[in-house]
Amino acid sequence: MHMLEVKDVHKSYGNLEVLKGISFTMEKGETKVIIGTSGTGKSTLLYCINQLNPPDKGEVWLDGEEITNPETDINKIRQKIGFVFQEFNLFNHLTALRNVSIGLEKVKGMDKEKAQERAMAELTRVGLKEQVQQYPAQLSGGQKQRVGIARALAMDPMIILFDEPTSALDPELIGDVLDVMKALAGSVAMLVVTHEMGFARNVADEIIFMEGGIIVESGPPKQMFQYPKKPRTKEFLGKISTLYGKE
Amino acid sequence: MLEALVDSLPQLLEGLKFTIGLTILSLILGSLLGILLAVGRSYGKPPLSSFILIYEKVFRGIPLLVIFFLIFFGLSQLGLGLDPITAAVLGLGLRSAAYQAQIYRGAINSIPKGQMTAASSLGMSKLKSIRYIILPQALRLSIPGWSNELTIVLKDTSIAFSIGVIELMRQGRYVYVRNPDLILPVLLLIALIYFILVISASKGLNYLEKKYKMSGFEVGVER
Amino acid sequence: MDSLPSLLDGLSITLLLTFISLTIGLVIGVALALGRVYGNKIISSVCIGYIEVIRGTPLLVQLFILYFGLPSVGIILTPLSAALLGLSLNSGAYQAEYLRGSIQSIPSGQMIAARTLGMNRLQSIQNIILPQALRISIPAWSNELIYLLKYTSIAYIIQVRELTAEGKFIAADTFRFIEIFVIIAVIYLALTVLLTAIIDKIEKRLSIPGIGAAESIALRNA
Repeated sequence: MHMLEVKDVHKSYGNLEVLKGISFTMEKGETKVIIGTSGTGKSTLLYCINQLNPPDKGEVWLDGEEITNPETDINKIRQKIGFVFQEFNLFNHLTALRNVSIGLEKVKGMDKEKAQERAMAELTRVGLKEQVQQYPAQLSGGQKQRVGIARALAMDPMIILFDEPTSALDPELIGDVLDVMKALAGSVAMLVVTHEMGFARNVADEIIFMEGGIIVESGPPKQMFQYPKKPRTKEFLGKISTLYGKE
Repeated sequence: MLEALVDSLPQLLEGLKFTIGLTILSLILGSLLGILLAVGRSYGKPPLSSFILIYEKVFRGIPLLVIFFLIFFGLSQLGLGLDPITAAVLGLGLRSAAYQAQIYRGAINSIPKGQMTAASSLGMSKLKSIRYIILPQALRLSIPGWSNELTIVLKDTSIAFSIGVIELMRQGRYVYVRNPDLILPVLLLIALIYFILVISASKGLNYLEKKYKMSGFEVGVER
Repeated sequence: MDSLPSLLDGLSITLLLTFISLTIGLVIGVALALGRVYGNKIISSVCIGYIEVIRGTPLLVQLFILYFGLPSVGIILTPLSAALLGLSLNSGAYQAEYLRGSIQSIPSGQMIAARTLGMNRLQSIQNIILPQALRISIPAWSNELIYLLKYTSIAYIIQVRELTAEGKFIAADTFRFIEIFVIIAVIYLALTVLLTAIIDKIEKRLSIPGIGAAESIALRNA
C-alpha cells in the first residue's frame, strides 16, 4: 500500500480540460517536485488532492482511505494533508503564534496552552522565535511563508502540499524558505510545485514534469536533468535553466 | 374588507401626492444648499469653511424630529409661524443639505488637482473653473450617494406626520380611525407603497447613473 | 432647571432604546449577513427579502405596524417594547448589509486556508471570517449607533417617553419650545460626539495591523 496514490485524475473548467488523467504514488517521507510551464494544471492537481477542488474523475487514496469518496469525512483527512500557499493565506487577525495554534485548538481540540506550546516549538523550528507575537501585516514575505509552513507542520500531517511557495517572494527572501523546506525533507512527505530548479535538483527524490494536463516524464533528478528521455523535457529544462540559472 | 381598502385608495393617493411633493422640494433645497456648502468648505477660507463645518455637524447630529419641532413650534414662539408643509420642507431640506454636502465634497476631493490647474492655465477664474470643470465631474460622481439620500428623504417625509402634514401616513390614519378594522391592512398597504417608491427611485437612478457614465470615469464614492 | 429631572428620565429611555436595539440588531444582522452570503438559495433569498423590505420602508411605518397594527391580530405591545422590537428589527437589516460588505471584502484565501487545516465551514466562519468581518465593520457600526440614537426619537410618535417626548411635554406646558429644544439638540450633539469618541477608542484598542477599516463600505448615511 502506498501512502498517497493518485489514480487517473481528471479535471475540467467548462470546456477546458486542465488535468487529463494524472497518476502517481508517494511514500512516507518522500519529496517529489512537480515542474512545468504555468497553466498546465500543477496547482489544480494539488487542490484535487486535498479535495478543495474535487476531481471530476479518478481517485485519490491516502493511508489506505479513498478520499475522493464523498462518504469520507474530508475535514479529518485534511488534517493529514498540510498545505502551503503561494500567497501565504495567513489569518490576518491572528498573531504568528495563533495562526499556528488555531488549528490545533479548534480542529484537534487541544487545550489552548498545549497548542501554543506546540506552536512555539514549530515557529522556533522555522527560525521565527522572535516574531511569534507579530501579526501577518508586520512580517516580511519570507517570514509569512515560514509561518505558513509552521502552521502546516503543527498539525502533524503525513504529507505537505506546497503550491509555488516562493513565487510571491522577493528573490533575497527565497533562500530562507527553501532552507526550511530542505531541513524538513525526509521527516514528512512533501509534494512541491515550484520553479526553483536548485531545490528540485538537490532535495527531490523524484521530479515530475507536467505539461498539457498530463505527466510527460518523471524520474530521479539526476536522470531528468542529465538524460531526459523526452525531447519536450529536455527543451523545458533547457529553457528554465537559462531563465532561472543553473545551480 | 378588500372593498373598503380599495375605497380608501383615492385618499391614500392624495397623501402620496404630498409625500412625493415633500420629497422633491426637500431634495431640491438640499441639493442647491448642499452644493454651496460643499464648494464653500472645499474652496472657502476659514471663517466660512468652519461655519459650514459647524452647520454640517449640527444638522447631522440632531434628530429630524427635533429639527422639525425647532422650526415648527420654535419659530411660531418667535411669531414666525410657518405652515406644516413649509416647516417640513425646510427641516428635511436643511438636514439633507448637510448630508449632501458631504457627498459632494467627497466627490470634489476625488477629482485630481490637475483639473483645476489645467482650467486656470486656460485663464478661467476660480469660480468658472469650479462651475465648468470641477462640478460637472463631481456631480456625476455623486449620483450613487445622492440616490441613497433620495431614499432616506423619501422615507423620512413620514416623520412630518408629527407636525401635522397630511402626507401618506396621516391620510392612512384618517382612514383607519374611521374604520378600525382596516388598521393593519392600511398600514401594510402604506408600507407597500413606500417600498415600491423606494425601489423604483433607486432603480431609476441606477439607470441614470449608467446612462451618464463616462468611460474612464468610474464611480468610486461610498454610498 | 425644573425640567431637568424629566429630561434625564427621557434621556435614559433614549439610551436604553439605542443600546438594546443596537445589540439585538447586531445579533439579527450577523444571522442575516451569514444567511445571505453562505446560505443556500432559499435562505439567502429570505434574508435578501427581509433586508430589502426593512430598508425600503420608513421606520415610522414599521413602528406603526407593531404598535397600532398588531393589536388587531391579538398581539398587544407596550410602546416601549414595540419601539425596542421595531428599532432592533430595523437596525438588524442595516447591520446585515455592513457586515456583508465586510465579509465579502475578506480575501477568499482566508476561507481556503481554514478549510485546508481541516476546519468545517461553520468553524471557518466562526474562527476566521467573523472575527475579521466584525473588526472591519466597526466604523460602519459606529455610524449605525449614531443613526439609532437619533432615530429613537421617532418612538415619541408611538408614545414612548424618551428624550424628545419629555421635551415636547415640557415645552407644551411652558410654551418655551426654543429653549427646551435647543437644550435637547445640545444633548443629542454631545452624545454623538461622546459616543463617536468612545467607539474610536474601542476601534483603536481592537485594531490589528493590516486589518483596516478602509474596506468597510455601505455606510447608512455617510
